[in-house]
Amino acid sequence: MPIVRFTQNIQRHVACPTREVAGITVRSVLEAYFADNAQARGYVLDDQGSLRKHMAAFIDGQQIRDRERLSDEVAPKAVVDVVQALSGG
Amino acid sequence: MPARFHVATRKGLFTVERGAARWSIARTHFLGDNCTLVLHDPRDGGLIAALDHGHFGVKLHHSRDQGATWKEIAAPAYPPKPEGYVPKMPAQGLPAEWSLKLVWALAAGGAKEPGVLWCGTQPGGLFRSEDGGESWSLNRALWDDPRREEWMGGGADSPGIHSICVDPRDAKHVVIAVSCGGVWGTRDGGRSWAIAGRGLRAEFMPPERQFDQNVQDVHLVVQCKAQPDAIWAQHHNGIFRSGDAGETFTEISGVKPSVFGFAVAVHPREPGTAWFVPAIKDEKRYPVDGRLVVTRTRDAGRSFDILSHGLPQEQAYDLVYRHALDVDATGDRLAFGSTTGSLWVSDDAGDSWQTVSLNLPPVYAVRFEKDG
Repeated sequence: MPIVRFTQNIQRHVACPTREVAGITVRSVLEAYFADNAQARGYVLDDQGSLRKHMAAFIDGQQIRDRERLSDEVAPKAVVDVVQALSGG
Repeated sequence: MPARFHVATRKGLFTVERGAARWSIARTHFLGDNCTLVLHDPRDGGLIAALDHGHFGVKLHHSRDQGATWKEIAAPAYPPKPEGYVPKMPAQGLPAEWSLKLVWALAAGGAKEPGVLWCGTQPGGLFRSEDGGESWSLNRALWDDPRREEWMGGGADSPGIHSICVDPRDAKHVVIAVSCGGVWGTRDGGRSWAIAGRGLRAEFMPPERQFDQNVQDVHLVVQCKAQPDAIWAQHHNGIFRSGDAGETFTEISGVKPSVFGFAVAVHPREPGTAWFVPAIKDEKRYPVDGRLVVTRTRDAGRSFDILSHGLPQEQAYDLVYRHALDVDATGDRLAFGSTTGSLWVSDDAGDSWQTVSLNLPPVYAVRFEKDG
């Protein structure tokens, strides 16, 4: 199953330990993770279900392309990283 | 009721109390986090703090023990934007966003409505909770009004609801104000809304639109608790007063040193008494001549006192945001905080001011604890 890892900075707001979860797209992987950690959802996704404007997600080091529908495919042994989008200075 | 107020700032929430000799910061909360607003609920003494975590979004936290402990509660969430949604009347040629950007107003419901809270937001949604903030519902009657799509951002990218006045006589009567979208009212608890604010004037608009009620950039409206039909507005264009719960307003001009500002506070028992913190109109936005003053009227705007005792009178560049001035339940105590992190309090209705701090983060909101 894919592995999901979260930025250290989110941990002081809501604990998000690294976990293996089932899923074949970013959407299904994250929803599987949030099924057991509902509070984390609102820190990563906005109220329309899109990746928050200043968050970023990577699959095996490659930034995802579909931030709205989260339809990028996730391979069974992939690692999904959810981090802040560092923009500006 | 203890002499205590709460200060929401760019880097946390501060609780300020009056000791034997002076006011001082008694407790801090959420240090380092952007606390954009605070509500003290007079019905149960609870506190609600709004935090904007930037990357992680807008959150609300609730405390039942004066801030000793906090629990995250639900943040208002916009419903899914309909597929293929095309706004009929988009202002600025842009479709409105359907996603929470900022909690800009928090108000307790009526005394006989335990658990009812109202929340105004950017980009313009009004939310109501009936369970103390555990869940929120978007007020669809207002959101679905096609005139709502004409609202514009006033400095911010999106329009927002920053003022919510719940009538102490009848909690189904609620008056709100929008920047930029004027003053609206409901008499049935939000089932239906009517635009109010006749007489408000937007000098910056084309002549034929200056009295258009739906374009008014009201910065804040406040309501006299004892006489709720008395409403004061600090508007982008100046100072306005209403004697009919916001249906109509009268412009009050010629106030020195300036009629421009963001904040206004009204005396809880004297509807003709109100305070303002003026600044240079309108792009520069710092105290006229670098002298920070509070203006006060006690005769419904016929005359104003300029109050400066205890406030910096040279090289002061403090701007006071719309929620950063408050008056307590007695009408004698006031406090305000500034963008440069200064905080002052008065025990004599503004005649003199004591400095609490000159070193706080930028201040967004000041709220006294008040009885229900």
